Amino acid sequence: MSKRDAAERILDFLEVDEGLSEVNAVLEATRCMECVRPACVKGCPVNIDIPGFISAIAKQDFKKAAEIIKSDNMLPAICGRVCPQETQCEGKCVLGVKEKPVRIGALERFIADWERKNEIVTPKTKKPTGKRIAVVGSGPAGITAAAELSRSGHSVTIFESLHAPGGVLTYGIPSFRLPKDIVKTEIDQVLSLGAELKLNHIVGRSVSVDNFLAYDAVFLGTGAGLPSFMGIEGENLNGVYSANEFLTRVNLMHADRFPDYDTPVLKGQKVAVVGGGNVAMDSARVARRMGAEVYLIYRRREEDLPAREAEVANAVEEGISFYCCANPVRIIGGPSVTGIECVRMNMGVLDESKRPCPVPMTGDDAKFTLDVDVVVEAIGQSPNPLLVSLIPSLKRGKRGNVIVDENGQTSIPNVFAGGDIATGAATVIEAMGNAKKASSAINEYLNQ
Amino acid sequence: MAYKIEKASEIADNIFEFWIKAPHVSKNAQAGQFVVIRIDEKGERIPLTISAAKDDLIRIVFMAVGKTTKFLSSLKEGESVLDVAGPLGQPGELKKWGNCVLIGGGVGIACLPILAKALKEQGNQVTGIIGARNENLLLLSDELEQDCDELVICTDDGSRGFHGFPADILKKKLEDEKIDCVWIIGPAIMMKITSMATIPSKTKTFVSLNPIMVDGTGMCGSCRVSVGGETKFACVDGPEFDAHLVDWDELMNRQRIYPSQEKESLDNFNEHHHHCRCGEHHHE
Repeated sequence: MSKRDAAERILDFLEVDEGLSEVNAVLEATRCMECVRPACVKGCPVNIDIPGFISAIAKQDFKKAAEIIKSDNMLPAICGRVCPQETQCEGKCVLGVKEKPVRIGALERFIADWERKNEIVTPKTKKPTGKRIAVVGSGPAGITAAAELSRSGHSVTIFESLHAPGGVLTYGIPSFRLPKDIVKTEIDQVLSLGAELKLNHIVGRSVSVDNFLAYDAVFLGTGAGLPSFMGIEGENLNGVYSANEFLTRVNLMHADRFPDYDTPVLKGQKVAVVGGGNVAMDSARVARRMGAEVYLIYRRREEDLPAREAEVANAVEEGISFYCCANPVRIIGGPSVTGIECVRMNMGVLDESKRPCPVPMTGDDAKFTLDVDVVVEAIGQSPNPLLVSLIPSLKRGKRGNVIVDENGQTSIPNVFAGGDIATGAATVIEAMGNAKKASSAINEYLNQ
Repeated sequence: MAYKIEKASEIADNIFEFWIKAPHVSKNAQAGQFVVIRIDEKGERIPLTISAAKDDLIRIVFMAVGKTTKFLSSLKEGESVLDVAGPLGQPGELKKWGNCVLIGGGVGIACLPILAKALKEQGNQVTGIIGARNENLLLLSDELEQDCDELVICTDDGSRGFHGFPADILKKKLEDEKIDCVWIIGPAIMMKITSMATIPSKTKTFVSLNPIMVDGTGMCGSCRVSVGGETKFACVDGPEFDAHLVDWDELMNRQRIYPSQEKESLDNFNEHHHHCRCGEHHHE
């Protein structure tokens, strides 16, 4: 897939990857071995018929390829862009043993983009069942559940607390990685299956808990919206943002276009981003596009960065400076941020995650300070507690997540959950996989 | 979806009262809660306390100071705002306290009627004390006369009622009678100073904090405040907190994160007021 040049792309928020051309997509598709027992399908949390759609591309039957994907996944343009294919479908591809795996993600995206430009494929829905289902949250989990349950013939109402649907796809992932018009098109397609979307509705507040538990079934997909902070000195100084706030201001509220849009954001001359995941890379690259010099501070080694390799490479190309094996201990300033003090880290014994456990170094040389005027903390999130705290009978885990069985059923029989609210912060496609499973469990529950 | 402004009026100097049709909020609203409003596609999300709820309507009261509130105040009856989300935040601790004093400063007075009604319903004795710089900035005093057992009006300049601050009345009352619970709602500096009066007697004192917010549902952490040494999110843990535990200086600093942006935005608005995007908020 061709990428726009870094010098050019840091000047705007347009998409970085340009996608496969038709010729290259067909060529790539012909590389597929069409395995009898395709490992790629097992690697996909929503079990898309991957050899099936790739074979259709090889035959240049793009409409058929779209139909095959859409029968399992209503959000292919999103998944083709943000799934970690390298550890899922592509990671299992047998060709990967000796050469490069088939670029399944790029092919999925190619088909989704072709479909959008040529002929929208809408899967069939079953006849109405008369059952009412509430879906809470319109992020990847909620939208997937809404699609599956609408197709099963149920009457679905999606409740979203923000003024725009999409959850993390809208407020979290920047448009240079996932353009917003693509999110909108795919959500509109899900709604075209019959689901109703109620924006500005906070379940538990705008809809009473009793009213919403009275639905025949409920799917909770409220995500992992509660940001974590490091708990160090200076964290409440002006200029310290959670990644959620920083990204929401820019992605949802368009603060990069202030004052044309009303929401401001501190753009920063020098910005420190703390963390090493995809959210940290997104924050760093957003800050860079608003003109800042950006330092990314991560407590483990570069090879331990949890972000996708391709996103790390993009960040490096865009001139983000990496400070690995370093951890912030204090944010300096008053009332606004002027610097961040860090301590260098040594790698100790392997911990539960099979990564070396970072241990702070001692002595005066172990510390260093970076002059910065904005700090963005991208160190993780926990499940949003707003709704679950209003339903005391809902069994919860230690981290505030809703406890579900393997089918996504919670301790309340007609309540199911999936995505980050159940698993803690994970990927878009995992949330979708959970939601699909929970949707078939809801169908079974309703047929009892 | 848009939310229609059914009634709009200026009830004090530069202070506006809007009744907006938002059944999902009005049917569930409780004292102490707020809404997040966005006027149009390019607008910011601003939190406003729910001042009253009746049938399908909610009342908001605001002073036109920045770009967004000036723009809002320019809207007419029959026009709409694009988004009203809510009710948000924890309801106030509405129970039988006994003798309650509710203090409102400036536009914060608007938060008292819904609170006074709810506390009366719980069987409390309710005294209202409202204060403003001058009589032109006083609001809702007729309504509060009805809602409270007793209402004391104060002005800084003596143009109406008691010449002085609500804190003076509160101090005197604390000497004269047993007060079980106090609510203070107004600008941060007023809440900070007024709540000092109840420290010696350790009288339970609630304040309604108004830090900068974005989503209002606990997702962004913009509204974080230090209360009793712990970080709390005003949007989901509050907005009401124990006044004696709030780090007021930090709150006031965090309210001033964007002074130059606020000025730029307002200057732009004033300059282009007559050719602004007035047409854009009509779509329903």
